[in-house]
Amino acid sequence: MQVYRWTLTMALSIVHRATGIALYVGTLLLVWWLVAAASGPAAYAHVQAFTGSIIGRLIVFGYTWALMHHMLSGIRHFVWDLGYGFKANEREALTWGALIGGIALTVLIWIIAYANGGGR
Amino acid sequence: MSAADTPKRSMRTPLGRVRNLGAAHSGTSDFWRQRITGVAMTLLMIPALVIIMMLLGRNQVYAAQTLSSIPVAVILLLFIFASAWHMKIGMQVVIEDYVHNEKLKLVSVMLNNFFSIGVALASTYAILKLSSGV
Repeated sequence: MQVYRWTLTMALSIVHRATGIALYVGTLLLVWWLVAAASGPAAYAHVQAFTGSIIGRLIVFGYTWALMHHMLSGIRHFVWDLGYGFKANEREALTWGALIGGIALTVLIWIIAYANGGGR
Repeated sequence: MSAADTPKRSMRTPLGRVRNLGAAHSGTSDFWRQRITGVAMTLLMIPALVIIMMLLGRNQVYAAQTLSSIPVAVILLLFIFASAWHMKIGMQVVIEDYVHNEKLKLVSVMLNNFFSIGVALASTYAILKLSSGV
């Protein structure tokens, strides 16, 4: 492996896996939230106390980014599956698009979230 | 492959035995399902985000009421079904790539199935419970 010159596409391939694994573990939060909603006000308040805490917010923020990045990076794979975007400049553009788009969407979602319900 | 397929003397050619098996020993069904579930989640992403936005900062009574409405419940059920399937396949690929000890690999793949099915079932149960209003 050492003989390869590291490219952005290679690094992002690993990030795609890493975000996938993070999302896998993060589904526990989704399950906890839904089960708590079905259990009652006390259980739901626990989830809200956690997601409202600094650590909770950091985790959910990280989860949002992992989800958005993995989605855009996945769309990049769909483009490749369909047989497009294999030229060097196209590969780079798609990869930068996933990287920048993932961060931009995450920030956008959190701005909407704060404008919408963060103050409630 | 069962013992019956590989007698000591076989008229089958080596190519005939391995054809259609591929590196994953099961063909392309997981590859295809990984794509179907990925497309499904991409399509469901905006409705799923809207639902979560609607519930931010709201109490359990409001959340339970919203989650029990039919369109919301169906969107979330579809999203969870696609997620659980997608992540089960994805994690299995990671396990097969990095875990080389055969026993550890089998145990990991099994635990991966348990976890993914557990996530799917617990979420589904919660949504159905909310929808039935029990």
